[in-house]
Amino acid sequence: MRRRVLPGLPLSLGITLFYVGLIVALPIGALVFKAASLGPQDYWRIVSSGRALASYRVTIACAAAATAFNLVFGLALAWVLSRYSFPGKRFVDAIVDLPFALPTAVAGIALTTLFAANGWFGSVLAQAGILVAYTPLGIVVAMTFTSLPFVVRTVQPVLEDLDPALEEAAQSLGGSDLSIFARVILPLLAPALLAGVSLSFARSLGEFGAIIFIAGNQPFETEITALLAFIRLEEYDYQAAAAIASVLLVTAFAILAATNLLQARALRYMQRA
Amino acid sequence: MAHAPHGRPPRVGDGAAVRRALIAFVLAVGAILVLAPLVVIFAQAFRLGIPAFVANIAHPDTRHAILLTVLTALVAVPVNTVFGVAAAWAITRFDFPGKRALTVAIEIPFSISPIVAGVAYLFVYGLQGLFGPALQAAEIKILFALPGIVLASMFVTAPFVARELIPLMQAQGRDLEEAATSLGASGWRTFFSVTLPNIRWALLYGVVLCNARVMGEFGAVSVVSGNIRGQTNTLPLHVELLYHDYNTAGAFAAASILTLLALVTIVAKVLLERQGAGRVRRPALAAPLPAALSTAAALSPAEGAKP
Amino acid sequence: MKITLDNVVKTFDTFRAVHGVSLAIGSGELVALLGPSGSGKTTILRMVAGLEYADGGTIRFGDRDATRIPVRERGVGFVFQHYALFPHMTVAGNIAFGMKVSKLRRSRAAIDARVAELLSLVKLGGLGGRFPGQISGGQRQRVALARALAVDPKVLLLDEPFGALDANVRRELRRSLRDIHDALGITTLFVTHDQEEALDLADRVVILDHGRIVQEGTPQQVCRAPSSAFVTRFLGDANRLVAEVRGGRALIAGGSIEAAGVPDGRAEIYARPADIEWAREGAGIAARVIRVMDRPESRRLVARLPGGEHVELDMTPETAVGVGDSGVVTLRRANVFALA
Repeated sequence: MRRRVLPGLPLSLGITLFYVGLIVALPIGALVFKAASLGPQDYWRIVSSGRALASYRVTIACAAAATAFNLVFGLALAWVLSRYSFPGKRFVDAIVDLPFALPTAVAGIALTTLFAANGWFGSVLAQAGILVAYTPLGIVVAMTFTSLPFVVRTVQPVLEDLDPALEEAAQSLGGSDLSIFARVILPLLAPALLAGVSLSFARSLGEFGAIIFIAGNQPFETEITALLAFIRLEEYDYQAAAAIASVLLVTAFAILAATNLLQARALRYMQRA
Repeated sequence: MAHAPHGRPPRVGDGAAVRRALIAFVLAVGAILVLAPLVVIFAQAFRLGIPAFVANIAHPDTRHAILLTVLTALVAVPVNTVFGVAAAWAITRFDFPGKRALTVAIEIPFSISPIVAGVAYLFVYGLQGLFGPALQAAEIKILFALPGIVLASMFVTAPFVARELIPLMQAQGRDLEEAATSLGASGWRTFFSVTLPNIRWALLYGVVLCNARVMGEFGAVSVVSGNIRGQTNTLPLHVELLYHDYNTAGAFAAASILTLLALVTIVAKVLLERQGAGRVRRPALAAPLPAALSTAAALSPAEGAKP
Repeated sequence: MKITLDNVVKTFDTFRAVHGVSLAIGSGELVALLGPSGSGKTTILRMVAGLEYADGGTIRFGDRDATRIPVRERGVGFVFQHYALFPHMTVAGNIAFGMKVSKLRRSRAAIDARVAELLSLVKLGGLGGRFPGQISGGQRQRVALARALAVDPKVLLLDEPFGALDANVRRELRRSLRDIHDALGITTLFVTHDQEEALDLADRVVILDHGRIVQEGTPQQVCRAPSSAFVTRFLGDANRLVAEVRGGRALIAGGSIEAAGVPDGRAEIYARPADIEWAREGAGIAARVIRVMDRPESRRLVARLPGGEHVELDMTPETAVGVGDSGVVTLRRANVFALA
């Protein structure tokens, strides 16, 4: 351990611990305490009820679809922004952050208006027999929007910092574009892609504001887990709300842990022998 | 290919077909998913003409919602900023046991659903919660009032300032502060005249993003505010209320204010990035990613075409 | 494979990096491109590789015009300055890469056998399973060399191959590169800013300055007959004295030295520290010792001449001399260039 030269440890650490304790740890602890006070049987009954299970299915399936789309789109966008120049590139680079900056409720009503059967896109899609608003597809659209920037913003800096000599070396060894992309570039982007995908998926699982407007919120069909927790609160069924919220909480932690593990694996070549 | 006649040999993916296809794909998706929502918000807000728009904005409930939102940000953002700076100072300037756990704990709110945050606060300050009964006895109102809204906003934005500062201050190292202290500067003097000038843009960057999130937060606030029209409705909640009242023009008028805020945030972000903020990339999910990647970069330092 | 550059030009934005360079490298030759930074040497190497396209002139490989052939079809092995090893592949994976992506299909066993052969060629047997991050700088350099050799290149190109290594490793790798070159007989071109490295290793040295070739020849030729003051200074420590040339001899106090071909008028004389003698008395330029620096192989004196110039000279370690001593210096050998 390094000798302490600089002042301010007690004050800065004190503020930090107090804040993290009061703002982050206390509420999470209270939630866990509340959920735990249910007892295993009641807890299990609530979190494995048909309606809850259906909500997990809808949430996970839609989040997976949105994340898969964002993986492809994010990688393409990061590639385009860091490799090509075209008119309007800087505008595209800036506007990509809109989903982070725009309040989710605003996004929700805007997307609903666009994709409702009488909306700009919804009317066109309706003619093709595709309904978006008030169907699971609408949930996917909302999740895709709110988690759009994650993959781009994690991959773009790595792609920009990629040593051009690596690509040149692969070219000098006779690699085709496709083989260099698959064998050199993609593996080096993998940890960043993983981080982006994980953030995107976690965000989609927890998203609420943008979804409730476009989803239709029909139990068993278009009801996401976060909404179910909210509904239980409005019904004054606090224990059920606590239980369902705890499922979301545990899932978030599990994703966090899994991502860390996978990243360590993807970067195992960095470890010293 | 837009190559100069004697330009560089093609890099991977420089083929015209690939290039055009990728740019077209990205622009099409961007137009549908990002640009169209932006346009539709203003189109709807002004659908009934400018006078109707002005009337919607000037409605007392809307004005109150704006006021409440600004008030929330005025409390939550500065407190969060102080916390972010303190946390970054503690984590990057000292070694202590549990440092990594603390870093992860600060990032937690980022990966938790805002609904979970709201529910969690209910179980601290609500009547069914830990302190609820005691608070009621003392007639202190936290939930369904401004304090609850502020607390929930602080939860969801807790990592915003810290995660801009920690990687930057980590990268800058302790040398400058140690030099200043060794020259006899006090701690505060060192912070204000050595540390702060080096982190000001990143700090501002974090503050801007934090502010945008506080003003736009919906899920967590929607649980703790109680949605009392004209009293505990922040602007995003007010948008929902108007929308569900089938007052589409009113909802979009209120939404257009928040959209303007988002656009201002994006412009500020671009300007601050030009000053170098956001360049030292934050740890995603507090994973070992950036450190590991910078080691990878050190293995094969970027090397351009040297003349 | 013979490489011929004919009047090659390269400009970056507005900066002209290479001005009409013509150069022929014989098949099997080992040639050094030597020059200070900004002299255009790396750009020339990259143009030969096809990592950069020339703006003018031609580059021929044998009889074939290779000027616009992309790098992947040029059949060169390139060793990058910082090696550019793929960090996510093992040492063996790096070496096998070129064989795996080649249009020429090889069996797994054939690839493994070739990798093992190359590993032993560069003396890295047993390290095939390590990642680049887990081996030393010198080992990485050898992996980069083995990887470049794996595709059986007709030409081997190395950009500052030893630049990032410390002195001892550098000397060892220099020798092993020479051995590998001699064993394989592959045409090799390398870039360096270190004159000792170029002179030690190369059959022929091409000295560059500001994007032009200023001299080329064997190490002996460039050392004994440097063509300009720049080359003389760049190849090693040299004392500079200004003198008058008359009738092919440069006049200095106490005598004159050969200056064949230098026109009458003011000229500069360059003499290496080992080419200057010190004596207590006798004919020569009066000098006073102002510093003595002891080195493992010599004593270096810094002496002050009457005109105020300082000269440095290397004496045997036994020379008995101290600061403040007076004596004379004489030039045993020197190069004289007319002053413009």
